[in-house]
Amino acid sequence: MAFSIYDFTDLAQSIHNGLSSSLTPVWTTVIEWAIIGILYILFVALFGLFLVYAERKVCAAIQQRIGPNRVGPYGFIQTIADFIKLLMKEIINPKGVDHFLYNLAPYIVIATVFIIISMFPFAPGLQSFDFDIGVFFVTAVSSVGVIGILLAGWSSNNKYSLIGGIRSGAQIISYELSVGLSLITMIILSGTMQISGIVNGQADGWFLFKGHIPAFIAFVIFIIAGTAETNRGPFDLPEGESELTGGFHTEYSGIKFAFFFLAEYMNLFIVAAMVTIVFLGGWQPLHFGTGNGFNAAMDLLPPIIWFFLKVCTIILLIMWFKWTFPRLRVDQILTLEWKYLLPINLFNIILMSVVVLMGWHW
Amino acid sequence: MNNQVMFVFLALMILVFSVLTVTSRKILRAAVYLLFVLVSTAGIYFQLEYTFLAAVQLTVYAGGIVVLIIFSILLTSHISEKAAVSEWKQSVLSTLASGAGALLTLLTIYKFTFVPSPEPASTSTVTDVGTALISTEHNGFALPFEVVSILLLAAMIGAIIVARREKDKNMNSENK
Repeated sequence: MAFSIYDFTDLAQSIHNGLSSSLTPVWTTVIEWAIIGILYILFVALFGLFLVYAERKVCAAIQQRIGPNRVGPYGFIQTIADFIKLLMKEIINPKGVDHFLYNLAPYIVIATVFIIISMFPFAPGLQSFDFDIGVFFVTAVSSVGVIGILLAGWSSNNKYSLIGGIRSGAQIISYELSVGLSLITMIILSGTMQISGIVNGQADGWFLFKGHIPAFIAFVIFIIAGTAETNRGPFDLPEGESELTGGFHTEYSGIKFAFFFLAEYMNLFIVAAMVTIVFLGGWQPLHFGTGNGFNAAMDLLPPIIWFFLKVCTIILLIMWFKWTFPRLRVDQILTLEWKYLLPINLFNIILMSVVVLMGWHW
Repeated sequence: MNNQVMFVFLALMILVFSVLTVTSRKILRAAVYLLFVLVSTAGIYFQLEYTFLAAVQLTVYAGGIVVLIIFSILLTSHISEKAAVSEWKQSVLSTLASGAGALLTLLTIYKFTFVPSPEPASTSTVTDVGTALISTEHNGFALPFEVVSILLLAAMIGAIIVARREKDKNMNSENK
């Protein structure tokens, strides 16, 4: 079986050939689906746990504490222990809730997470879907995720949950605009919406450097709007534990709460991965131009490590925001989006079009 | 074979949830059933490999209109509210009407003789859609596109005018 850490195309192909030589096409498809599904579930669970651990450590470092350090070396097993505790908790069905919607809401949230992650290329050959509408599809699916949050807030039959749900809905819908527009800015530069096309277009330099000024503005806007879309601090009004005791997921417990929790952290990963793919070249190593020694040196590190290195850097940056800035008021959040980010974004699209038309990018 | 299984699954989803949408007495549940119908329709578009339309279906209907519907329900109704049971006359008449409509459609489809086209299936990529939208030549959609944009702009301005609060001297303290 051919295997290379640099390119997974051969591995995927040899698995496919091995399966289809001994099984009927239907069973081959079913087993391949099962393998891919299990891989994604494993990835989401493990990376989610890692992010929770990372958040606690980063928060501790910023606040000059040590953070979890008792369970396992450097407290590494702490989140796994927490998660097992969470799974064993009683699942409470509060009185007066709309059971169907109450139980459905976490699944909508987590399902959209899985659909979006399936679009990401982790390394050459490690991507499940590759439509010609890639980036558009990601934003389309992520706009469905907010429905789960709205349903959770309403069906809990609780004032705090309802307020949290509506705040979250208003915030996500507003900031989706900025996310979409800054992606459009980059699509003008890349000339394609296909994710593999976007990544391949950055082989001789990341779009952040290729598109210089407008790309940098779009980069900053995307990170701000992406942070707001994940309901993280300083935009964590929907959860605001000091006023809403937890927002839309107040009434949830056990595995259903774990779904919301996991989805929140995976959304953080999704934002970081989108930044990586669109601005920082996805799995492409740091390249300048073509065929020089610097590029060859950068190629030594496998693409999958490059991808996660960039994703983790962006995640660290977003965590840094959370523990540095105080929470915004709701009117400040909406003012920031509608009066500042949106006009800047629209102007930026025109700027990017001019840059691309005049050939000022490289 | 795989395709047929998926099609039957999606078609069943659409049928069952369409019926549930109109028969549910809880308004938010009806909205969620509608969401399932719209998402399944997007699934059918995906099966036809028209991914652009599928994504538009997801953004505009599932992500836009259903969210708008849910938002307005959230702001106006309470969880314990239930729609009144409709009168039996009403339900019988509406069943007859929708049954007649379905029958008419089925009859038309079965009577029509479909001629298989020798041309290869057209694959319209997003690039084709984009070029057609701004092209001014034959088969170009530049004019309709601009007209729709103006309509949207007018609708937005109208919405702002309708929703705007009247200038009131007592309200000034709020906008410092």
